Amino acid sequence: MTELEASDDGTERTPAGRENETEHEGDDRPLEDGSFGRFGGQYVPEALMPALEELEDAYRRYVLANEDGFMDEFRQRLRDFGGRPTPLQRADRLSERYDRDVYLKREDLVHGGAHKLNNALGQVLLAKYMGKERIIAETGAGQHGTATAMAAAHLDMPCEIYMGRTDVNRQRPNVFRMRINGAEVNPVDAGRGTLKEAISETMRDWSQTVENTHYVIGSVVGPHPFPAMVRDFQSVISEEARDQCLEQIGSLPDSVLACAGGGSNTMGAFHHFTADESVSLYAVEAGGSSLEVDEDAGVAPNSATLSTGTEGVLHGARTHLLQDSHGQIMESHSVSAGLDYAGVGPELAHLVESDRVTPVTVDDDAALEAFHRLSTEEGIIPALETAHAFGFLHEAAGRDDADEVLGDSVVVTVSGRGDKDLETVIEETEKRGLEAAPDLSVFAKEGGLR
Amino acid sequence: MSERIDAAFADGPAFVPYLAAGDPTYEASLEYVEALDRGGADVIELGLPFSEPIAEGPTIQEAVIRALEGGMTPERFFEFVEDLEVEAPLVCMTYYNLIYQFGEERGPRPFVERAAEVGLEGFVVPDLPAEEADPLRDACDEFGLDLIFIVAPTTRGEHLDRMREHVSGYVYVQARLGTTGAREDVSDQTNASLERLADWDVPKAVGFGIKTGEHAERIVASGADGIIVGSALVDIVAEGHENDEPTAETAARLETKARELAEGAARGANPENVPQPEQP
Repeated sequence: MTELEASDDGTERTPAGRENETEHEGDDRPLEDGSFGRFGGQYVPEALMPALEELEDAYRRYVLANEDGFMDEFRQRLRDFGGRPTPLQRADRLSERYDRDVYLKREDLVHGGAHKLNNALGQVLLAKYMGKERIIAETGAGQHGTATAMAAAHLDMPCEIYMGRTDVNRQRPNVFRMRINGAEVNPVDAGRGTLKEAISETMRDWSQTVENTHYVIGSVVGPHPFPAMVRDFQSVISEEARDQCLEQIGSLPDSVLACAGGGSNTMGAFHHFTADESVSLYAVEAGGSSLEVDEDAGVAPNSATLSTGTEGVLHGARTHLLQDSHGQIMESHSVSAGLDYAGVGPELAHLVESDRVTPVTVDDDAALEAFHRLSTEEGIIPALETAHAFGFLHEAAGRDDADEVLGDSVVVTVSGRGDKDLETVIEETEKRGLEAAPDLSVFAKEGGLR
Repeated sequence: MSERIDAAFADGPAFVPYLAAGDPTYEASLEYVEALDRGGADVIELGLPFSEPIAEGPTIQEAVIRALEGGMTPERFFEFVEDLEVEAPLVCMTYYNLIYQFGEERGPRPFVERAAEVGLEGFVVPDLPAEEADPLRDACDEFGLDLIFIVAPTTRGEHLDRMREHVSGYVYVQARLGTTGAREDVSDQTNASLERLADWDVPKAVGFGIKTGEHAERIVASGADGIIVGSALVDIVAEGHENDEPTAETAARLETKARELAEGAARGANPENVPQPEQP
């Protein structure tokens, strides 16, 4: 029986999976001041500090202490509206191909098509408990915006989403979905028009409207308490996956693979395994076109913050960043808009620094190849973010030390489905002439799916 | 602590203008800052541009982008300060990441040391609340610089107390919620904010949304010890840039605007001298 099912019995519970806390307590709890080791904190304009204090109070009461049955309602809505628990599926052809047991944690089957709903639903519900009247959010790939728009419609809250102009253009299906759910979508023209500009713009809105508005941050980033709170909402992934492993395989997995942009899928997938020292945890970052950096141009041709970034302060937290030697934030790049962010969650930075999580990178080409492999061999069209995790599985399984790296049983989180990425995939597949892909040239010539 | 900043507030209300250093070019920006000085600036807040200015509205965000595109860096900023010929004491306004990254060792000390070397008198760091400020406060104490905090209309309780412990030079009173940007009116929240700080022993300078001499006058008349004006001045720089105006003309307009604001502030300190507005 999964933890979620257990909640139906009226068991008193705290956040996703907290009853395992004594068993799984790691060193990943934020300290009182909101830090994970050296990372975290609250580096925000003064006008936002009271909102953070109010949010921290609400987080402690409703999420950690289940006041007014908040967590019970959250879990019920996750189940009835969100479609949880998601399956842990054995991928037969991948298992055969890689000569080990490969299990897929199917977050693509959550309502809306991505793990993002876990957090969005939690935060919009929390905003309602706090008496807020309006929801704002930023989005990169559009999955978080879509999830927030859905959660806001579900809970009858007005919602505005900020999205970089570049992302609006490359993720149109999600823009349509947000609009159809009744959210306003505000394109952001600053900079390169991607996630970091959208976050800055949303913080500006929040600093003017903080008294009646809640900002639903889309990942385990930002000032305390967001990184801990978002992790708690997302940790339902590893809570279920851990129980499902014990139930279905009779043991813990040897390794867990999750793609990492800001880190919400990663922390969600890892949280309940962090105390299990036998389980190797791999955060798969976007290697983009190269791990080299063109500092003069202010561009990192990747989004591999954990692997190549340095310590700094951005968007409310001390963490790892893609920045130049002066401390100016670099533009990042990934074929996957959802990984295209110059920062990463502070807890993940801490887990990497303390050697609990291993960061690895997969480049654009390998991610696209993995996208096609999963689509044709398993019948699952993954988000391009997710494809990075499968790219690492493919690469690691081919290495001499594959047994040591991956072990006999591997869990990979399918963080979301790839419908939103089809136009990008068609364009990029054609451009790169990927051999493993089906012939998509006719669509490419017709201008994608437009 | 900076005696020059103390002196700037000692003799009547202070006019504190802001410009982003290097906007739109290094050379033009030097002239613009010097024009503000001639126009009556008592303290000048110089922005060191950061790529993610989350506390700024569109006007200053664009100024920051222009300055960065013009090649402004922290070291270039320090050279800029050395090249300036102004009477008013200078305060650096920037974001914490630039302070934190400067020099070989991570942490604020190298930046503060260099700032002291070029003659800066203090810092305003919009994304550094008092809770995170200990390392910068220590470095400022070591080199005798001021650390100026922004009090928002929402700031209350323990948080206000912590800020009071850390602040020196002057306190930046944010006139209303939101980001920087010139507005047509002056917020009622200002009076409430000033009342909350009435017993603080540092001068209170009000900023956010001050655009005209009349605004300046009203703010000072309501109890402020100074006014901080950014976006209304940056607008003049932006217009000059967009219209390809000769640098000297833009500088002259900045000087005129500065004088209007400084005189407005001075009138506010002597309400009996204020001419009554004509009835329509």
